[in-house]
Amino acid sequence: MSARASRTGRSLFLLAPLLLFLAGFFVWPLFSMMSQAVSDTAVLRLLPQSAEVLAGWDRKSPPTPEMQTALIADLKAVEDTQALGDMVRRLNSARSGFRTLMSKTTSALSDEADPPADLVSIDKRWERPEFWLAIADALSPLTDRNLLAAVDLGRNADGEIEHLPADQSVNRVILVRTFWISALVTFACIAIGYPYAIIAASLSGWKRDVMLAAVLLPLWTSLLVRTAAWFILLQEQGLINDVLQMLGLTSGPVQLIFNRTGVVIAMTHVLLPFMVLPIYSVLITIPKNLMPAAASLGAHPLRAFLRVLLPLSLRGVAAGSLLVFISAIGYYITPALIGGPGDQMISSIIAFYAIGSANWGMAGALGVVLLAATLVLYSVYARLSADEPGRR
Amino acid sequence: MRRRRSFLLPGGEKVAEGRMRGPALCPTARAREPLLAEFIRFDRITKFYGPLCVVENLDLGIGKGEFVSLLGPSGSGKTTLLMMLAGFEQPTSGTILVDGQAVNDVPTHKRDMGVVFQSYALFPHMTVGENIAFPLEMRGLGKAEIADRVTRALDMVQLSAMRERRPAQLSGGQQQRVALARALVFEPRVVLMDEPLGALDKQLREQMQLDIRDLHRRLGLTIVFVTHDQSEALTMSDRVAVFNKGKIEQIGTPRQVYDEPATRFVAEFIGETNLIEGVVARISGGEAAVRLASGAEIVSAVSGGVAEGATVYLSVRPERIELAEARNAAHNCLETEVTDSVYQGDHLRVELAAGSHPLIAKLGRRSREFEPGTKVFAAFSAGDCRVIAPPDGQRQAAAS
Ligand SMILES: Nc1ncnc2c1ncn2[C@@H]1O[C@H](COP(=O)(O)OP(=O)(O)OP(=O)(O)O)[C@@H](O)[C@H]1O
Ligand SMILES: [Mg+2]
Repeated sequence: MSARASRTGRSLFLLAPLLLFLAGFFVWPLFSMMSQAVSDTAVLRLLPQSAEVLAGWDRKSPPTPEMQTALIADLKAVEDTQALGDMVRRLNSARSGFRTLMSKTTSALSDEADPPADLVSIDKRWERPEFWLAIADALSPLTDRNLLAAVDLGRNADGEIEHLPADQSVNRVILVRTFWISALVTFACIAIGYPYAIIAASLSGWKRDVMLAAVLLPLWTSLLVRTAAWFILLQEQGLINDVLQMLGLTSGPVQLIFNRTGVVIAMTHVLLPFMVLPIYSVLITIPKNLMPAAASLGAHPLRAFLRVLLPLSLRGVAAGSLLVFISAIGYYITPALIGGPGDQMISSIIAFYAIGSANWGMAGALGVVLLAATLVLYSVYARLSADEPGRR
Repeated sequence: MRRRRSFLLPGGEKVAEGRMRGPALCPTARAREPLLAEFIRFDRITKFYGPLCVVENLDLGIGKGEFVSLLGPSGSGKTTLLMMLAGFEQPTSGTILVDGQAVNDVPTHKRDMGVVFQSYALFPHMTVGENIAFPLEMRGLGKAEIADRVTRALDMVQLSAMRERRPAQLSGGQQQRVALARALVFEPRVVLMDEPLGALDKQLREQMQLDIRDLHRRLGLTIVFVTHDQSEALTMSDRVAVFNKGKIEQIGTPRQVYDEPATRFVAEFIGETNLIEGVVARISGGEAAVRLASGAEIVSAVSGGVAEGATVYLSVRPERIELAEARNAAHNCLETEVTDSVYQGDHLRVELAAGSHPLIAKLGRRSREFEPGTKVFAAFSAGDCRVIAPPDGQRQAAAS
C-alpha cells in the first residue's frame, strides 16, 4: 500500500514540471480569457452604492429618490476618468443616448456653485426606467453580452435575445467565412496530401526520405517567412504569374494575392504537413500485401483502392483533416498578409479587439466561440474514430 | 475432419514404405515433363532486381490439376517466380504462358489466380464473410449467389461459426483457412500459395497440409505451392521443383527427388544423406562401379550424364544402410566401426567411420544396440545408392 502510494507520489513529482507548465501556460490563460468574456465589472466597480440600492428596485417603477442619491454619490466619487469612459461606453452600448446623458450629468454634478437637487432636474430622461434598467443590468458582474455579440446576438430592452441590426452583424459573417476558408484549405490539403502520402508510403529508401523531408521542411521554417515567400511568389509580377504567362496559359497576370485564392494557396502549403504526416503514419501500418491480394482476387486497381486502401487509411485522413481544420480556423498572419479585406478570419477580429480596441471581453468571447467549435469538431472526430473498424 | 485424417494416414505410410523398397531406376529426364496436359509454362524466364539475378533462364511446365511445390533455401527465387506468375512482378525476359496464352501483359486482376500469402493478407476491416465475398463481388455476382457460395466455402474450411468475426479475432490457423477459402471461392484457374503454413505450429501445419491436399484432390485444382520445408513438399505434391540460386536443380515426383537426387545440392537439401566421393570405373546397363579412395568398389544405380573416369559422389540415404556382422555378397559392403549410437524413438541413429570417412545409418526401432567400437559392415544395394553427376563444368569435360 505505502509502496504504491510512494510510487504515485514519485510519479506525480516527476510530472510536476509538466503539470505546472500546463497550469501556468495553458489552463490559466485559457481560464482568464474565458472569464474575460463573461466578466463585466466596468459599471459595478464605479457604482457600489447604486448597486446596493438598485438590488431592491422592482425594475418597472420610476426611480426612487434613494436611487438617485446613491447614483449621484457614486458619480461624485469617481476620479478615474478612463474608468468612467469605460462605464459610459458600456452603458451606451446597452442603451443609446447614455453618452450624452452621462456627460450632461457629470458636468452638472461637477458644478460646485449650483449642485442639482436630483438627477431628474438635470435631465428628464432620468425619469425613464429604461436607463435605470440598463444600469441595473450592467451592474451584474457576469454578462452574456460579449458571447451573444460574438455570434451577432444581443438582448433587447425586455432582456430577450434577438439578432443585432445588420450594420453590427459582422461576426457571424466572419465566422462562416473562417469555417469556409478552413474547409477549402482542408479539402485542398486532402487533395494534395493524400496522394502524396500514398506515394511516399509506397516508396522506400532515399526516395521516401526526400519526399518526407520536402513536406517537413516548411515546418522547420518560420511561418512568417513562408507567408512572406508566398507574398512574393503570388504578386502580379511574381514567379507564378510569370510562369503562367510564359506557358501561355493566361494572357495577363492573374490576381493571386489579396484575395481568397492566395489565402487558400498559402494556407494549404503551410498546413500540408499536418495532413501528410498522419495519413502517412497510418499508411505505413497497412500491410503491403493487401493491395496485391485485392488485385489477385479480381479487383481493378481503382476498386481495390476504394474497397481496401481508402477505408483502411480513412483514420489518417480524418486525423489530418481535424488537425488542418482546427489549425486553419485559428490562422491570423497568412490571411492578414495575403488576403484582402474580404478574407480576414476570426483571429484577425480577435486580434483587433484585443490589440486594437482593448476590448478583452469581445476578444475573449470570440475566443470561446472558436474553442467551442474546436471542441465540437474534436468530439465528433473522437466519436467517429472510437468505433472505427479494422483497428487492431 | 478427424475421420478424414485417420483415413488418409495409413495411405501416407504405405507410400513411404513403397519408397523404401523400390529400386527406383526411372530416369529423371521423364519427370521434367508434366504428367498431365500442360497448363502453365515458364519459358526461359529471367528476373533481375537491379544487378541481382534472382531467377535465371528458367523453364518449367505445370500440368492441369497438378500440385507442384517449389522447394528451396531462403532467397532462391521461389517467391519471385510465384509473384511473376500472379502478375505482381514482371520477368526481365522470357514468357509466361497460361493455357497456351502469354500472360506477361495481363494485369493481375485479370489473371484469375487465387493467391494465398504467407501472412494471409486478409482485409482487416472486413468480416470473414466479407473477405470471402470480396472476389465474388469483384466478379459482379448476385447477392444471393454470393451468400450461397460464401456459405459453402466456409463449410469447406469448417469456419461457418466465424462468419461475422474480423480476422484479428481469429487464430492463426483459422485466418489461414479463411485465406484459403477466399482464394478458392471464385474457382480460379490456378491457386498459388507462398509458404502458407509457415506461421503455424507443427500440429496445425500437418493438419492443414492434409486439408489442402484433400481439397486439391476433391476439386481438381492446379496448385503451385512454395515452401522451404522439404517434408511439406514431399507429403503434399505431385511434383517437387528444387530451387537453388534462381535455378531449378531438379524437378520430379517426391520419390524421384528423394531417391534419385540429380545433384549434390538436391541430395543434401532433401533429407539427410551420406555422400562418398569416388571415381567411375565402369558403366554398364544402368549401373556404375565407383572406386573409392579406400580402394573399395561400389556398384550404384546411375542415369545419364556420367562418363567413365569422372569424379562423382555417391549418395546413400541413412535409412537404406543395414549393418551386418558378415560380408554380404549380394550387396555393397563397407567395413566400418561404430563411433556412436543414439536411440531416437522412431529409429536408432548409428554413426560410423569407414576408414576416415563418416557415415550415418538409421536403423529400425527393433534393431539391436551397437556399442561404440564395434566392427560392422555397412551394406546397401546398388538400387539404394545414386551416382551424382559432377557439376556442369566437369560433366562437360568428362563428356568430350
Ligand atoms: N523487390 C525486391 N527488390 C530487390 N531484391 C529483391 C526483391 N524481392 C526479392 N529480392 C531478392 O531476390 C532474391 C530472391 O527472393 P525471393 O523472395 O524470391 O526468395 P525466396 O526463395 O522466396 O526465399 P524465402 O524462402 O526466404 O521466402 C533474394 O535475394 C531477395 O533479396
Ligand atoms: Mg519467399
